[in-house]
Amino acid sequence: MAEHKNSMLIDPLVDNNPITLQVLGICSALAVTSSLKVAFVMALSVTLVTAFSNLFISMIRNHIPNNIRIIAQMVIIASLVILVDQILKAYAFEISKTLSVFVGLIITNCIVMGRAEAYAMKNPPVASFLDGIGNGLGYSFILLLVGIVRELFGSGSLFGITILKTVNNGGWYVPNGLLLLPPSAFFIIGMIIWIFRTWKPEQVEARDFSIIKQEGGH
Amino acid sequence: MPEATDKKLGPWGRFLATPADNPVKTVIVAVALCLFCSMIVSAAAVALRPVQAENKVLDKRRNILEVAGLYQPGVNINKTFNEKIEARLVDIETGKFSDAADPATYDQRSAAKDPAQSIKPAEDIAGIGRQAKLASVYLIRDDAGAIDKIILPVHGYGLWSTMYGFVALKADGNEVAGFQFYEQGETPGLGAEVDNPRWKALWPGKKIYGDDGSVKISVAKGAPTAATADYHIDSLAGATLTSRGVDNLIHFWMGDQGFKRFLDNLKEGTV
Repeated sequence: MAEHKNSMLIDPLVDNNPITLQVLGICSALAVTSSLKVAFVMALSVTLVTAFSNLFISMIRNHIPNNIRIIAQMVIIASLVILVDQILKAYAFEISKTLSVFVGLIITNCIVMGRAEAYAMKNPPVASFLDGIGNGLGYSFILLLVGIVRELFGSGSLFGITILKTVNNGGWYVPNGLLLLPPSAFFIIGMIIWIFRTWKPEQVEARDFSIIKQEGGH
Repeated sequence: MPEATDKKLGPWGRFLATPADNPVKTVIVAVALCLFCSMIVSAAAVALRPVQAENKVLDKRRNILEVAGLYQPGVNINKTFNEKIEARLVDIETGKFSDAADPATYDQRSAAKDPAQSIKPAEDIAGIGRQAKLASVYLIRDDAGAIDKIILPVHGYGLWSTMYGFVALKADGNEVAGFQFYEQGETPGLGAEVDNPRWKALWPGKKIYGDDGSVKISVAKGAPTAATADYHIDSLAGATLTSRGVDNLIHFWMGDQGFKRFLDNLKEGTV
């Protein structure tokens, strides 16, 4: 059992990563990864929301009416997100200013609802809570990876501390402006998925269609 | 069988044993869940509001001190603010001080949303929609009591967001002492470079008005000629639209629809 719980936390990091394997939560991974500090707070918030929404949904899973289950899940998730938003505004004002609307958008993060629907509705509370933490960590891992690449090469710093002094500030490094724009996260996530699937070929999905060999032609 | 177990379970137990798809239970669960969640959310909102409001005020005051050059890290913001800064309200239309509201509690942003307290600007170059009739201004006086610096709030639309900031002017109401935004949502690394200290450092010493009294300062590309050097702010590389937004908002707020009348009155002593 202990081993099982451990693997619940570690599996979603690489083997069953919500972003790279399940390809969920891409939208927020694009928006909040241009600086590492913001990505970190976002990752922490999503992990907490996923864990606690899983816990609460699992606790009342036998009493959630099947035909309104999505709405019931949304109510719980939305309340938790508002709670996180309010706490950030009160105790981490600077960061909440940079995150602005993205905290609210955790509500629409597919990972939170995906885990609620796929796991918490069928499993006991403690296991669901761990599943939430695990998937949150998997999301955080990718978010931070993307954040490191984007902040280091886009603004020459990590966590706001200058690593590569940029030309704008009198240094030598010419920052890559594309990395600061959301589309660059697509390329980086794409490359991470590529690396993961080269490393673990079992993650590669079977082709939906195969090219038929033509006979007679060339 | 059902009756015997029903009695043993009691009403609560019977409710729990009801299948989740029972229509009555569906309604009860939905209402209970919503009530519970809304109670948690409103409790959190009410309990944390004082801390949040304090944060907002503190942040604004810190920015006012920063733009006036009075801020160092570690300084007691509220104490310095109360000692050095005099908050007043100005009627934009007449350009005179107004006592219609208390400057300490007046919120220019919510006033701009209230049709009774705001107008639609005739030429809305800054893209602000509505403009409050009264504006908060902050004055710093020297030891003799004469005005040393004038801090004016400005805002306008950039590329993605409305940018809110302050312009600090020297006593002549023309020379810029400082300029910065305290709230903006522009692209990090491009438009958000309006917060870059090196860019903000371009502002002090520049002049707003030309000899003819028109707003001559501009945020533009390229090297200035000798005639425009005092009025030229180099725009941000890679952020054409944000720079244009800054240019527009400075023209709006320093022009006739903004603080020009107030600054003229101040100069003539008819404020």
